[in-house]
Amino acid sequence: MFTVPIKSLLSGNGTGTQTTAGGARLWRFHGGVHLPDEKALSNGEPAVDAPLPRQVMIPLQQHIGAPAQARVAVGDRVLKGQLIGEAQGYISAPVHASTSGVVSAIEPRPVPHPSGLRAPCVVIDTDGQDQWAELPAPITDFTAADAQTLRARVRASGIVGMGGASFPSNVKLNPGADQPIDTLVINGAECEPYITCDDLLMREHAADIVDGIRIMLHVLGAKRCLVGIEDNKPEAILAMRQAVAVAADRGDPGAALIRVVRIPTLYPSGGEKQLIKILTGKEVPSHGIPAQIGVVCQNVGTANAVADAVLRGRPLIERYVTVTGRAVAHPRNYRVPIGTPVADLIQASGGLQGQLEKLVIGGPMMGFRIDTEQLPLTKAANCILALTPGESPDPGDPLACIRCGRCAEVCPASLLPQQMYWHARAKDLDKVQDYNLFDCIECGCCAHVCPSHIPLVQYYRFAKTEVWAREREKRASEHARERHEAREARLERLERERKAKLRKKKEAIAPKAGAKPAGAKAGDGDAKKAAIEAARKRAAAKKAITSGAAGSAGADAAGADAAGGQG
Amino acid sequence: MLIAIVAMTVLAAVFGLLLGYSAIRFHIDGDPIADQVDALLPQSQCGQCGYPGCRPYAEAVAGGEAEINQCGPGGEATMLAIADLLGREPVELGEVAAKPKGVARIDEQTCIGCTKCLQACPVDAIVGAAKQLHGVIATECTGCELCLSVCPVDCIHMQPIPESISTWKWPYPASQPANQPRHAGAPEQVEIEHREAA
Repeated sequence: MFTVPIKSLLSGNGTGTQTTAGGARLWRFHGGVHLPDEKALSNGEPAVDAPLPRQVMIPLQQHIGAPAQARVAVGDRVLKGQLIGEAQGYISAPVHASTSGVVSAIEPRPVPHPSGLRAPCVVIDTDGQDQWAELPAPITDFTAADAQTLRARVRASGIVGMGGASFPSNVKLNPGADQPIDTLVINGAECEPYITCDDLLMREHAADIVDGIRIMLHVLGAKRCLVGIEDNKPEAILAMRQAVAVAADRGDPGAALIRVVRIPTLYPSGGEKQLIKILTGKEVPSHGIPAQIGVVCQNVGTANAVADAVLRGRPLIERYVTVTGRAVAHPRNYRVPIGTPVADLIQASGGLQGQLEKLVIGGPMMGFRIDTEQLPLTKAANCILALTPGESPDPGDPLACIRCGRCAEVCPASLLPQQMYWHARAKDLDKVQDYNLFDCIECGCCAHVCPSHIPLVQYYRFAKTEVWAREREKRASEHARERHEAREARLERLERERKAKLRKKKEAIAPKAGAKPAGAKAGDGDAKKAAIEAARKRAAAKKAITSGAAGSAGADAAGADAAGGQG
Repeated sequence: MLIAIVAMTVLAAVFGLLLGYSAIRFHIDGDPIADQVDALLPQSQCGQCGYPGCRPYAEAVAGGEAEINQCGPGGEATMLAIADLLGREPVELGEVAAKPKGVARIDEQTCIGCTKCLQACPVDAIVGAAKQLHGVIATECTGCELCLSVCPVDCIHMQPIPESISTWKWPYPASQPANQPRHAGAPEQVEIEHREAA
């Protein structure tokens, strides 16, 4: 629909090592907003290792799917990279110790989640030695390994999508034979303001990311890879292009298929569906996944983690995290062991300064507010944002919707936010779904441009969780109905059986108790006659001494008995 | 005249046969409306509506004998869904307000193993045998509270289900837009407006 081609943005930027020569066509997604990017706050310095915290809290669920099952006990000494939580089921991911130490507790602790609720965590008191556990052997020649082996390694390393959704990566890398993958899209857009962790990762680990891409290309059997990076990150684009060129010059398998594409800065171009649209012109179907149109999309952080897992045997226990916002003394990027408390990172950045309006995990558009600093950083946490009142002004009470329609103009999913708002407000869950609520990516563009400051996304989130709750209740009541019906059927069957047994018992008693008085009169004469007859026959048999006569006498007696019974 | 009478008689006979055949051929056992109402009910079989289970209540509602607001566990959502299905006016919930859902728990110290609760449970969520300690299968318990009253030693109590991250719901946005235009005040009115718009 909105396939306005824009002029090739792939003019050389002076490196001379273009792999994207030849010009690429870019597409546009509907809507989007230009935001002040605020990235200069934190991207000036290289990332450093975060100081080792005294305690790490590692949530057993840091991914979409079933929570991992703890495989250590309180008091156990664990080493860096050791498995501490085992994946449960196909859509699940294991968790590993991010440093060495002693497990001091396995209990529910507050985790980074908008609800502020607790979830099971493994708490490790670190010993400061940061001693590695024995790691699985590196698969250096990954082209010789089959896709199954590599996916198993990705799964065992606990790799999940690091762009924020944290979907287990091995599942995404296994689209099935019926969905051949043509294009691997690598997401380096990092479109949200303030966040610079992917930028720094690309600058510092471009070669690793390229290795990770080559591994994923091999696993998927894809024909090309497009790396989308917004044009406000020229250093990252340069670093990635150089890394691709170096790999191609070396003749590394797969390197020639990779193209680094500079895309215009426009929020939310880092959304999976939006980036796919920009780079390939294809639209992911509503309620569908990219694999249906032959595309798999992975974050640059995921590519880096895949390279670490396959080429070095290292599980995912560390990630780049941006600590930024004007309420932080020294904004910058850190390499953070998973499970490090937010408070430790803020401390490392010189603590908070000035007036703090709110603390956010994630970006200013899609992140969520947290109320405590005692939260662990998870595999999905890309940014800690400490905002001053000036950066995050209180919009005041929302005003009435004036139906200006600006929300619909900026919606990157081509939805009708205003209609969804009315129906979500009226709690009409069916109607709001008719307007494709579940295609909403909660990017916040609509709320951002709303002149009435209506918290639109909050309404959509409310409606989504209500719909899920309703579905859960529906399933539960279906299940209860089945059990109730099964119980009713069982009770009925038992009653029938009881009655049948009773009847049988009565019948069994009847011939003994009932037949004698009843049959006594009717069959009296017969029985006597039969007895006399039998006696006669016996006498005759004695005389004749033949066994055949005795046999017939027995048969006659039996016949008489049966007749009595029937009477 | 005669032709008209014959024609009408023949027509009547033909259509009568057709209708009679259809009545037999397309006969439906049970009440499909009751089925649809039953599908909307929470199936806790708690009897709070005054009927011995969800199905009897559904039949009563479908037959027009019962009000649509008597399902306690279903609460407002169920009432609205039934109103929508039957085209009836929504009614106030009144006394049968929805309680937070709980799960039954048996106190091991007091249970005498009388099996009374086993017999009362409509979904077989309690296991046990005579003179043995009984236990509730928490995942199967619908929270109907039918076991509470039958226990001779009062050893069963309802435990509220703690909120977890997987069941947590975003709250309804607290601050409502002020200065609403005249027709967009209450949700019902919004609804009407949209019906018009559609």
